[in-house]
Amino acid sequence: MNNRLKVLRAEHNLTQAQLADLLNVSRQTVNAIEKGKFDPSLPLAFKAARLFKLTIEDIFQDEEAVS
Amino acid sequence: MNDSMDNDWKKCNSINTIRLAKWTAAWVITLAITTFGPIFLWPENDIITVATIGGNFLVGIGMIWANKQHLASLDELQQKIQLNAMGLSLGVGLIVGISYSTLATTGIINAHAEISHLVIVMSLTYMVGIILGNRKYR
Repeated sequence: MNNRLKVLRAEHNLTQAQLADLLNVSRQTVNAIEKGKFDPSLPLAFKAARLFKLTIEDIFQDEEAVS
Repeated sequence: MNDSMDNDWKKCNSINTIRLAKWTAAWVITLAITTFGPIFLWPENDIITVATIGGNFLVGIGMIWANKQHLASLDELQQKIQLNAMGLSLGVGLIVGISYSTLATTGIINAHAEISHLVIVMSLTYMVGIILGNRKYR
């Protein structure tokens, strides 16, 4: 699954640690999601979407659907 | 995770980790008392021995509860790492334990298969699993 989390974080001038605090997860989790090593659960994806005032699809894209 | 935990995730996580450490320490201490007490402190007093074993068992239940609370307070990636490590530990423990026991019962090795050996194998495997998991998602 591809995601724009790193870009959105940069646009909002947030560090990984700050974003992690806002999402109630560890910095390691934010880093793993950004690198595409870990796919978040639906509740966490919704939380990220609410935080950036976007839809889930705006942040996370299905890799197979894109290609 | 409920809302109150959401509000202060780090603090909640820290409290649960410390609580688990305290319960684990209490379990180890009561286990040591149960093991060495009958030898050094109250030789041949079965009532005290049974009471300390019962106490150790109850503290063990508390430790399981604290571990459950600790796991619940972790975020989803940390839970995944823990789950993978526990799965690895359980699988290796089962396979190595059965093989070791079979080697001992068939007389191929002279050593008597002790439960403590299995605990050591499972603990080490669990630690390796945690390290590998953290390295994978670094």
